[in-house]
Amino acid sequence: MLRLIGKRLVGALPSVIGVLIVTFLLTRALPGDPAAFFAGPAATPQAIEEVRRALGLDKTLPEQFVVYLKDLARGDLGNSIATGQPVLTEIRTRLPASLELTLYGLLVSVLIAVPLGVLAATRPGSWIDHLCRVMTTAGVSLPAFFTGLLLVYVLYYRLGWAPAPLGRLDIFYSAPPHVTGLYTIDALLAGDGATFRAACAQLLLPVTALAIFTLAPLARMTRAAMLEVLGSDFIRTARASGLPKGKIVYAYAFRNAMLPVVTTLGMVFSFLLGANVLVEKVFSWPGIGTFAIEALISSDYAPIQGFVLTMALLYVALNLAIDILYIVIDPRVGFES
Amino acid sequence: MQRRVFLFACSAIVAAGLAVGPAAAQSRQETLLVLVENGPNSLDIHGVGTSFRSYVAAWNMYDRLVTFGRKALPDGTMTYDYSKIEPELAESYSVAPDGASITFKLRKDAKFHDGTPVTAKDVKWSYDRAVSVGGFPTFQMAAGSLTKPEQFVAVDDYTFRVDLPKKDKLSLPDMAVVVPAIFNSTLAKKNATEKDPWAMEWMKTNSAAGGAYKLDKWTPGQEITFNRNDDWKGGPLPKIKRVIIREVPSSGNRRALMERGDADISVDMPQKDAAEILAEKGSGKYLVVGVPIENSLKYIGMVTTQKPFDNVKVRQAVAHVVPYEQIYKSAIYGRGIPMALGPADAPKDASWPQPFPYKTDLAKAKQLLTEAGYPDGFETTISIDLGDATASEPEAVLLQEALGKIGIKATIEKIPGANFRNAMLQKNRPIHIASFGGWLNFPDYYFFWGYHGQNAVFNTMAYKDAKMDALIDASRYETDPAKYKQQVMGFIKMAMDEAPRIPLYQQILDVGMQKNIKGYTYWFHRQLDFRQIEKL
Repeated sequence: MLRLIGKRLVGALPSVIGVLIVTFLLTRALPGDPAAFFAGPAATPQAIEEVRRALGLDKTLPEQFVVYLKDLARGDLGNSIATGQPVLTEIRTRLPASLELTLYGLLVSVLIAVPLGVLAATRPGSWIDHLCRVMTTAGVSLPAFFTGLLLVYVLYYRLGWAPAPLGRLDIFYSAPPHVTGLYTIDALLAGDGATFRAACAQLLLPVTALAIFTLAPLARMTRAAMLEVLGSDFIRTARASGLPKGKIVYAYAFRNAMLPVVTTLGMVFSFLLGANVLVEKVFSWPGIGTFAIEALISSDYAPIQGFVLTMALLYVALNLAIDILYIVIDPRVGFES
Repeated sequence: MQRRVFLFACSAIVAAGLAVGPAAAQSRQETLLVLVENGPNSLDIHGVGTSFRSYVAAWNMYDRLVTFGRKALPDGTMTYDYSKIEPELAESYSVAPDGASITFKLRKDAKFHDGTPVTAKDVKWSYDRAVSVGGFPTFQMAAGSLTKPEQFVAVDDYTFRVDLPKKDKLSLPDMAVVVPAIFNSTLAKKNATEKDPWAMEWMKTNSAAGGAYKLDKWTPGQEITFNRNDDWKGGPLPKIKRVIIREVPSSGNRRALMERGDADISVDMPQKDAAEILAEKGSGKYLVVGVPIENSLKYIGMVTTQKPFDNVKVRQAVAHVVPYEQIYKSAIYGRGIPMALGPADAPKDASWPQPFPYKTDLAKAKQLLTEAGYPDGFETTISIDLGDATASEPEAVLLQEALGKIGIKATIEKIPGANFRNAMLQKNRPIHIASFGGWLNFPDYYFFWGYHGQNAVFNTMAYKDAKMDALIDASRYETDPAKYKQQVMGFIKMAMDEAPRIPLYQQILDVGMQKNIKGYTYWFHRQLDFRQIEKL
């Protein structure tokens, strides 16, 4: 197993280096002049040149790349000019925010989608199958930010049940001591029940919006995979041998149907992490997607590069985790051969 | 027994809740929750790339030697008064009879937040820093003839003198803007390095201030909180004890939070929201206070160095085509003061900005265009800033449609915010919709940046005229009020006749606030000053 992980990590190196070069070149190819943008409204051409020098943008591209690599080797991702912070600090505070949102969103989604898919597959044509179909159609056709706005309008603005969409914590709570960066877990570790509840309350609406959105691919995939497995020979054999129905469905069919579901889960997860910008916007969530988009708008190179690099590393880790999950789920899967 | 325990537990919980209740309510009463679209990106007003959103931190945390007075507008709204300079860190100041120097006496009891007394050497260090670090602060200082460290003299611990090359009416007001903030030089020097003698890196995220509000905590991209400095000596003690500025990117959510009463002040109001709430005339849940932004205009500019706009008749033709009324009504929902449709014999006085004498008159426009030699019109482009698309886009569409009526075929070019200034610098966008406002409220200041042949970024039309330059240069240092008025009216008249830029309207700064918020004051930097605000 360790050898596999090591091999995987070494294998990922070329793609990470490729990502580094491509993002570096792409950010430089963006239209827009960061020097002119950050020199501010009262800038003269002279002032803009001064800013350009201060940002090191007067150097040639290869020179800039060498500077970038040197900084990177020291673990310095540069500074975001828009927020004035080191990119590393920004990512360290913002990635957990996005992760927390995405993880809970996926967890809720899995808890609903997988049983729903299994039930729909075992009882095709029944009311639960129709429910599954309605929910997946709704999930696909309602963009998460729209569901989010709707939830805010009804549950906060109209009814006043949900807390104000003001980010990760209500204004009268302060963040728990930093351990994982996930407020719910940090609050529990600190034994701070009130902050835990406050963090959960803030999570409620965005997590619901995300869960509705991600429910569709998961439920559909579970249903399709289950139907396929349930129609296969070994299930027929199991049925013929008179095994109990529960054992057939959960021990044999479900375990075999899990592979495509896990694949989908991985895809949805990586997609969500970067793509829930709109949900973050709606709920003033200080996540990494918002950060990247804002950097892109202001041609702020360092955060874009930092963001893409983080995402690349995250994908490598995620793919590895999914491969390991494959082995755990299905012993026949081997990577040595 | 068990029932008794249960009852006891219940009453204990209720009692605990009661005990907590009033305390929490009180802290809410003393706390001001402000919603913004984007927050500060630096705490250092001299920093590279410090955005205008950061002025709020610099303005409230730091003191300056002098500040502006306040006055009430006709509708009762308070605004700063640029004609009145009041002492802040300085106890008093005196201008030498020949105007060549200004001497400040500092308050002897003023202290920085860490307890260090404020002395003239801190003031000198801060002024030296502003003129030395380059970029925006240095240019802003130069606007008031403050350019070299040798001009600033710490006479003794509590006396500070500024020497001026010549008498300049902008020097003193320029010392009251956000840039010449007074830093704690002892603290700053501790955090300076050999490569970074002005502690630029450290100052980005830390405060070396002594003003009315202390930095509590800054989480970039989320919120910034301030606590009142109870030992502040620069003015009357502010009423609000704690201020929280929270970033809420969605304008719909900012409105929902205001309507539910969860927030006190909302700073970035879309014009449509402001117009709707103003239409309720105070019967709604909260109020909007709108103050015209001084010395600031939204305008249509035409590049005068290229055909066909090098011809004054073509520019005048465009000025007669613009659908002013429609723009006021449907592009900005009435949230702007019209700067066209003025009297035909304008300018009658030296006020600025004032309405230009143009109105929509297609026949006149067609005639001018024919006289200019373009009876069949021509093709051109209208460039707008995507960062300001809410208003600029409908304005451009309305203009495009109107130009079509006299045969000018225009396409619209939308330039992303990051690139707009660069595009304006190139001065080759035939028609562009942009805005410019000056911090110092003098017509000659506006014209120096916007119309003068020195060709600053803001002269987006690349307009150059020797007569106009002469008038602007003369008025800059004119001391005789009658002559000054004549010069100002002279260049305003030229701007109207020559029409390189067609003013559309003066922009309005709309701020939403709950009905119990009193004391809001408009400031030239367009950010909140917490010191005057109270919560009833």
